[in-house]
Parts: sequence; structure tokens; C-alpha cells
Amino acid sequence: MRSGYFTALAVAVLLGSGMLVFAKPPAGSGSITGKVTYTGTPPKMKPIDMSKEPSCAKQHATPVMTQNVTTGPGNALQWVVVYISAGDEGSSAPSQGARYDQKGCEYLPHVLPMQVAQQLQIYNDDQTSHNIHPLSKTNPEWNKSQPPGSPPIDTKYDKAEFIPVKCNIHPWMHGYFAVLNTSHYAVSGEDGSFDIKGLPPGKYTVTAWQEQYPAQSQEVTISGSEAKTANFVFKVLPY
Amino acid sequence: MGKFFAIVLTVITLVSASIFAMHIWWMPVDISVHGPALDKQFGETLMGTGFGFLVAQLSLAYFLWKFADKGDGRKVREFPGGPKVTIITAVVLVGLEILALSFVGQKAWASVNLDPAPPNAMHIDVQAEQFAFYFRYAGPDGQFGAVHPEKISDGNGNYFGLDPENDIPARDDIVVGSLTIPVNQPILLTIHSKDVGHSFYVRELRIQQDFVPGIVIPVHFTATQTGKFEIVCTQLCGLGHYNMKAYLEVLPQDQFDQWLKAQAGQ
Repeated sequence: MRSGYFTALAVAVLLGSGMLVFAKPPAGSGSITGKVTYTGTPPKMKPIDMSKEPSCAKQHATPVMTQNVTTGPGNALQWVVVYISAGDEGSSAPSQGARYDQKGCEYLPHVLPMQVAQQLQIYNDDQTSHNIHPLSKTNPEWNKSQPPGSPPIDTKYDKAEFIPVKCNIHPWMHGYFAVLNTSHYAVSGEDGSFDIKGLPPGKYTVTAWQEQYPAQSQEVTISGSEAKTANFVFKVLPY
Repeated sequence: MGKFFAIVLTVITLVSASIFAMHIWWMPVDISVHGPALDKQFGETLMGTGFGFLVAQLSLAYFLWKFADKGDGRKVREFPGGPKVTIITAVVLVGLEILALSFVGQKAWASVNLDPAPPNAMHIDVQAEQFAFYFRYAGPDGQFGAVHPEKISDGNGNYFGLDPENDIPARDDIVVGSLTIPVNQPILLTIHSKDVGHSFYVRELRIQQDFVPGIVIPVHFTATQTGKFEIVCTQLCGLGHYNMKAYLEVLPQDQFDQWLKAQAGQ
């Protein structure tokens, strides 16, 4: 009787752990780090006039600038999505949702990466109405109005796509959703650096996407828990 | 009952007329060269129509007072010819009034809408879109770059669809979200819309002009006072129409020159 109980328990534990293994992609400890930079003269970003929306204008001591080519010291290029475009299919969406904010009549962050089927919450933190309009082509297109104090919009995307996002009320508001088929991605920071962690051994295609210039890819092979480096250089034009 | 209605009608008539006569909720200050002629015309029209209004309403009240049914079984009498003649007389009278006002008022209207802008007018290009106005100055070279609608991109601030890569005059064009002008300088706006119908309305300038998609419409004026005034869209253009506005800032010439120089440097 007692041995039967233990057998059942052992089977249950084995089955449980087996399900865990099958449900989650194999976790790895390899990584790809690097820096995104540019060559050439980048276009001048333009100041945005928000005077028609005083509740937003007063939140900014200096004018907000356009962000289509955001550069930093050392020719760094910010807001570049670096992700595994091949070799990493099948990772399921995390339970934690992605958060997108409309604050001071800006989209924060400017580029929001997320996984296919991951929950996305869109907040209006302003004292004015917004009407968010993601211009998707592969996924269904929609736009939704959010007066001040509205609950967040809860949504998700079912297909991978880079989606420009605009506000139908404030034409200067502009951002991107990067809906990805992988859980391994990063967005380059102010210094252009990125860090993709938790990669199992394998052969990967790493792609860097920037909103204005053509995307670039590199092949990276990781064995064991290697830390590899991949740098990307975008050729920019003044106009 | 007839006497009661006569009193109510008289009170309503006199109160409505005094609101205008005493200039309660009157027009805002006028800051344009052409404005006084329009305001004068407006005043004359208001006097004419106001006089007609008073005569009509007070006669009605008098007739109500005098001829209301007192229950004494008097026979109802009509004007000779019946309602037909009355209606024809009313249509002819109102038609004549409108015709007369059009003749008298066309000079003021034409000075704004038909006469071309003076040759020394400063040219500013205006693009309206859901739900903002954008203003373009020619920059130091004095030339506007060509507009390419396919290049319009709100994301990188190219609201007019300029092509600075291939079009040299476009490189120094100044694009801003507020209209800044020098005082006492004739201004020529060429207004056009990116999407739907909008309207350019500045109360103090006494100008209201629709944007019609596909047409570039000239608007000219001269501001005579410095200050900050509101530009609003007065043509229902969609969800954010209530929020479609910009500001007009009229500066002394030297301050305007400084402002323009600072913009060109950015």
C-alpha cells in the first residue's frame, strides 16, 4: 500500500517535470551583446510644437524632439530592435504583459518590443484624450479613443509585424510596436548597446531593425553558454 | 390669454434687442486692417435687421393684445387677398433686403476675398490635417521647396512632404506648429489640406476661410496689433475637431526677425 503511494507520487513528479520541460523552451545561458552605431551624417531631429495641448506642453521643460533617428555619443543609434529572426521558433509568450504609455503626448517607449500573443496594455496617463491607431498590415487594423481616466486598452497581436503607431488626435505622436516570434530580443539604449540573454546552444540569425533604414542580419552560432558579440552599423543620410 | 402672450412677446423682444444694443457678448477686439470695414458692415446689417425684428415682433404683440379672441363671438377678419398675398409680400420684402445688403456689403467682402494680396506680402504656406495646423516659411533663400504628398510623414516631422535630399530650396524651409507674424506687414497664406475639409478662423482677424481638399486657397490680411490669438478649426473634421487649434503670435518686426533667425538656425 505504502509503496503504491510512493510509486504514484514518483510518477506524478516525473510527469509534472516532463510537462514543464515540454511546455517551456530549453533555457540557455548563451548571450549575444553588441552595439548599434551609424556612419554618415544623421538627419537633424525636429522640435515638436505641443502648444495646442497645454496639459502636455507643460510637462516638458524643453521641446520633445522627433525620434525617427535617435543618436547618442560615440555614433550610437538608439531604438534599434535586435532580435533572433531564425533559429528560435516556438517560444511561447510570457505571462507578463507589455506596457505602452501615452504620457505628455508622447508614446513611451518610442519602440515597444513584444512577443506574438503577448498581452499588451495601453495606458492614457494624460489629462487629454488620445486615439491610438496602430497601422498594422498583417494583423487586423483598429483605432481606439481613450478619454482621460479611461481604463487601459487590453489587446494582443497574433502575427509578427513591425507596426507604426500614431495618434489620430495628436499628429506628432509616433511610435512602433515590434511584434516578434521570439522571446530573445533587445532594444538598443542611449549608448547603442544591447544584450540578448538566455540563449540555448544553436545557430541563429540575429536581425537589427531600425524604423527608417533597411534591416540588417548576421549569423551567430552559440555553443554551450558562450557570450558572443555582434555589432551593427547603419548607414545614415542627412535628409 | 392674448394679453399675457403679448406681454411675454414684448419682454422677449426687448431683452433680445438690448443684449445687442448694449454690446453684451459683443465681438472681440479687431486686429486687422480690413476688419473695421467688415465690422461697420456687420453693424449696419444688424441695425437694419434689428429694426425689422423690432417692428415685426412689436406689431405681433400689438395685434395679440388688441385682437385676441375675447369669447364674444366676433367674426374673424382677414387681410384683403388672404394669406397668399401676405406670403408673396413677405418673400419680396426679405429678398429685397438680402439683395440690398449684398450690394452694400460686397465691397468689404471683396477686399478680403477677391482682391489679390499686395505684392510685398509675406508668403506663409499652411497645411491642415486631422487635427493640427502646420505653417511653413520659405527660409533664408526665400523659396519654398516643392511638396510631394507621398513623402508626408508625421513620424519624422515632414508634415508638408518635402524632399530635402533632392530639392535644394526645401532644405531651409521652416516648418512650425504656430503662426508667428510681424505686425503691420501684409501676410499671404496659401492654405491646403492633407485630408478632409478644415477651416482657418481667427476671430480677431475677422477671417474665416475653409480648407478644401485638393485646392490651394489664398488668404491675405495685415495685423495691426501685437499679441497672441487663437486659430481654431470651424469645420467639423472628425473625432478630434474640438481639439484642432493653433496660436497666432503677432510680434514687432525686430522680434519677428529674431524669431525667424532662431528658427532657421535649428
